[in-house]
Amino acid sequence: MSTLVKNIIRFALFILIQVFVLHQVPPLHKFITPYLYFLFVIWLPFGMGRSLLMFIAFLFGLTLDYFLKCPGLHAAACVLVAYVRPFLINLLIRQEGDQQNYASPSIVSMGWAPYFMMVFILTLLHNGYVVFLEWLNAGTFLYLLGKVLATTGVSMLLILITELLFFRKEKFRTNTV
Amino acid sequence: MCFNFKLSLVRNIFLFIRKFSNFLFFLVLQIIALYFLFTYNKFHEAAFMDVAGEFTGRISQRYNNVQYYFQLRHTNDSLVKQNTHLLNLLRQDYEKADTAIKFFTDSLRVDSLLTIQRFKYYDAKIVGSFVSTQNNYLTIHRGSNQGLPKNKEWGVISPDGIAGRVVSVGENFSVVMSVLNRQFKVNSMLKKGGETGPVSWDGDNPLYLRLINIPKSAQVAKGDTVITSNVSDIYPPGIMVGTVAEIVDDKSSNFYILKLKTATNFSNLQFVYVLEDLQREERQKIEDPYKKGK
Repeated sequence: MSTLVKNIIRFALFILIQVFVLHQVPPLHKFITPYLYFLFVIWLPFGMGRSLLMFIAFLFGLTLDYFLKCPGLHAAACVLVAYVRPFLINLLIRQEGDQQNYASPSIVSMGWAPYFMMVFILTLLHNGYVVFLEWLNAGTFLYLLGKVLATTGVSMLLILITELLFFRKEKFRTNTV
Repeated sequence: MCFNFKLSLVRNIFLFIRKFSNFLFFLVLQIIALYFLFTYNKFHEAAFMDVAGEFTGRISQRYNNVQYYFQLRHTNDSLVKQNTHLLNLLRQDYEKADTAIKFFTDSLRVDSLLTIQRFKYYDAKIVGSFVSTQNNYLTIHRGSNQGLPKNKEWGVISPDGIAGRVVSVGENFSVVMSVLNRQFKVNSMLKKGGETGPVSWDGDNPLYLRLINIPKSAQVAKGDTVITSNVSDIYPPGIMVGTVAEIVDDKSSNFYILKLKTATNFSNLQFVYVLEDLQREERQKIEDPYKKGK
């Protein structure tokens, strides 16, 4: 399957799962909103230009926003994730050439620790930004802090489960055949 | 000299844009997103919301077709309850003191008061709803094509009590701001004593609302009913809002804060009624000059 088709299917699936599964779960606590959808942005290929990456993230976030009737909230957070992602990949990648040798960020291409370090930082940024924007409307500082931490914990758990369930085998690509 | 300077300035600007193009693009996207967010929070008018609402409405409807079956029993129960309530109001069920006069209703309009109808009811199927976010909205399958007037805020009630208010009317689908939304406010009163105060949701728990400004002189007990008041501008008076679940004695003021259990159960709500206020324009016309004066 080509990368484009694969990513289009992922786009639809992540939106549908976030809207019709994770957001339909009865709220466990006011601090917890299970976010998983932004994993789509993390999974996008290495080779994508940064502007294109941000633009796709913006469209992706906006699609979710129109379902949840809060246009802009998740779009802003997704653009932030897409903007920061290349910096983190450059910092955390194991070997210089790995961005050419593998297609997209994953446990295989980056290794367990660096990959989850990147995911953790991006999750924290995403949730921090979303909750901060919500907090501007109403809420206390304790609410902000508690919700960022609790939501990040739940998100990390969901991402870990997703990564283990849908383990992506990345092929090692070289020029020398 | 001057020309040269201008040229180099222009070149520098271009160099700057090229060097920081990613960051600038990031800023542009952020500004667009935040602009969408804040205009929507204020006026509930967002770019492309009409088109997007039709699209998301259709997908939500597909999902609801499946999910609806799991709620049938609840829906049926609440409709039967409401039917019983309405049957109890029928005129022929009341006997006059003088039983010699046979009382019947016919199609002739005898009561001249009946010509002044204030609220017109539209039924609407809920196709999409959330209770898990901070600002919850419902999507209903009724829009301007099905007779709902555009560009107005209409009240929305469920068979059990108030449910929200319409914020955007599309062609086939409309968006309803749920009671479980931080921006929602409705003026309510205690059924027993008649003390009024605003009810809102604090974003904590989708089962509880908050009623403030009830003076401590009021006689309140747990389980008391709270209904919409006479001054509410989108609901008829007497629609159920909730029941008192907890009375918080605010030591710093002379008012109670009442925690209300919502009358409507939002997690299995399937049908609502949209109320068109036929006297809205007249009321606004007569109130507006005094509101502007403030």
